[in-house]
Amino acid sequence: MVSFGRGDSTFKLIAGILAGSALAILAVSGYTLLTGALPVLNADGLYFFFGTNWNPVIGREIFGALPYLLGTLVTSAIALIIGVPISLGIAIFLSEMSPRRVRVPISYLVELLAAVPSVVYGLWGVFVFRFYVIDYIETPLSNYLGWLPAFSGTPFGLDILSAGIILSIMIIPTVSSISREIITAVPNSIREGAYSIGATRWEVIRNWVLAYGRSGIFGAVILGLGRAVGETMAVTMVIGNTVGPAAVPTSLLKGGQTMASLIANGFIEASPGTLEISAYIGVGLLLMIVALIINIGAQLMVTRVLKVKRGAIE
Amino acid sequence: MNSYRLRRFKDRLFSILGLLCVIIAVIPLGSILLEVIVRGAPVINWNFLTQTPGAEGQSVGGIGPSIQGTLILIGLTSLFGIPIGIMSGVFLAEYGHNKFASLMRLFNDVLTEFPSIVAGVTVFLAVVLYFGHFSPLAGSIALSFILIPIVARTTEESIKLVPNSLREASAALGVRRWRTTVSIVIQAAKAGLITGSLLAVARIAGETAPLIMTVLGNSYFFQGFGQPIDALPLRIWRDALQPYPDIQAAGWGAAFVLIAVVLTINIGVRLVARGRHGFGR
Repeated sequence: MVSFGRGDSTFKLIAGILAGSALAILAVSGYTLLTGALPVLNADGLYFFFGTNWNPVIGREIFGALPYLLGTLVTSAIALIIGVPISLGIAIFLSEMSPRRVRVPISYLVELLAAVPSVVYGLWGVFVFRFYVIDYIETPLSNYLGWLPAFSGTPFGLDILSAGIILSIMIIPTVSSISREIITAVPNSIREGAYSIGATRWEVIRNWVLAYGRSGIFGAVILGLGRAVGETMAVTMVIGNTVGPAAVPTSLLKGGQTMASLIANGFIEASPGTLEISAYIGVGLLLMIVALIINIGAQLMVTRVLKVKRGAIE
Repeated sequence: MNSYRLRRFKDRLFSILGLLCVIIAVIPLGSILLEVIVRGAPVINWNFLTQTPGAEGQSVGGIGPSIQGTLILIGLTSLFGIPIGIMSGVFLAEYGHNKFASLMRLFNDVLTEFPSIVAGVTVFLAVVLYFGHFSPLAGSIALSFILIPIVARTTEESIKLVPNSLREASAALGVRRWRTTVSIVIQAAKAGLITGSLLAVARIAGETAPLIMTVLGNSYFFQGFGQPIDALPLRIWRDALQPYPDIQAAGWGAAFVLIAVVLTINIGVRLVARGRHGFGR
């Protein structure tokens, strides 16, 4: 369309500036976190990335963020291992197998999981889910596989495994709804061709539909990973919140800490101007970098496959 | 023939597995709702909703300040966050066919998945330390980091659904393009804009992490824009960590109120939007 006069360019300029607010927010965050983290990066150098001690006592300050980075990676990995197959099952069921009438109600139900606030997941985790985890998951694991280092420890319900399982529930709506869109976007001619050579429904899904949507589904999984990495409250409430070398995730049945939960727990106790608060900011910077890499990668993958854009709630 | 039966069997098996996945996902949802209702609803009464929290171990006490705080935070955040979000959505939809816009769209999508705790740390450094106190404003700036990209995204979606013939008809009448956008396009997309804003509000109502270091929490009612305030999710978190059953029960009560608000918005919006070009997926 043609523009007429000055009002148009002013409007476009204002809208354009406001459209840049997302970039501005990201840039301001990056800058503030980087300057805030400089003291600890100067004091501890590479130790900050590879060290395990966390000691805020003045004069003996030393801060290593490795345990929390590992904690984030391990809990997110558990979330993906449990959550992705379930999400894909839901996506396949809703797009290819279920009767048409139930599709919309069921997908609403699954997406309501995304509407439940994180802190309510945490509350439920601490007072309800924890006991199921102890009785039905951790006690059997500990009895039969306790000899493995990964399952050593006493079942307590407030540990890395619980955090991972809660995260797996929380990523289901994201991963399943995006994979469902990817699967729906697979052209029908592919299905028709496959059916015409005598394939069963499952064979069509496995050998053609999933193969065709592979990279988009991978993007959906990575988006789920991004969600798991940044998730704070639910994890904070069930992970047990250990600090220092004890937080290195050596066993799933042990308390741990993620980058996000460390900040949620300790940040407000640290006094401004100390090396301690700088260390928390450094962990925040690390979390932001990890989340940015994951999300930019996932967005590029998903949008490339899916020209039809996604809706708002994930 | 045998192999055909095997293939048929596999086909059935995976249909059942798919259904099983749905059931596995819905069980936690059911359990959460059930527990929140069973443990939260009995606590709810007029005093609980309007009083300040009592001292530890004291059975009377409520979540009045938390409800008030959450309403203030939502109001403040919406006041500047929704216009910014809508304007950026308008830009992405109406002027979105260039490199700059697609880059901004990418950043907007990335911000949607930004860890909210990092937003809290940023605002703590940039706003709380700068002014020297925790404040509702700091809290709403942090929440706007979450609200803006959601509103921008839904605005873009709903404006794209407005047929071009409306824009052309308006242009044919000699209406300027920005007037067309404001009076015709936004009017036509109004339902979608309201839906998106409501969903974004529901989302920030439950956000806890960025509030920890921006509004801090408070046991008293609003005391001014330079003072900490309380919020429902913060109250839930703090109450859950207390060893006293009374206070834990208050936490469940707060969760009941929060869930009721959030789910009412989510379900309500969908019921209303149903039939209107299938918005909200």
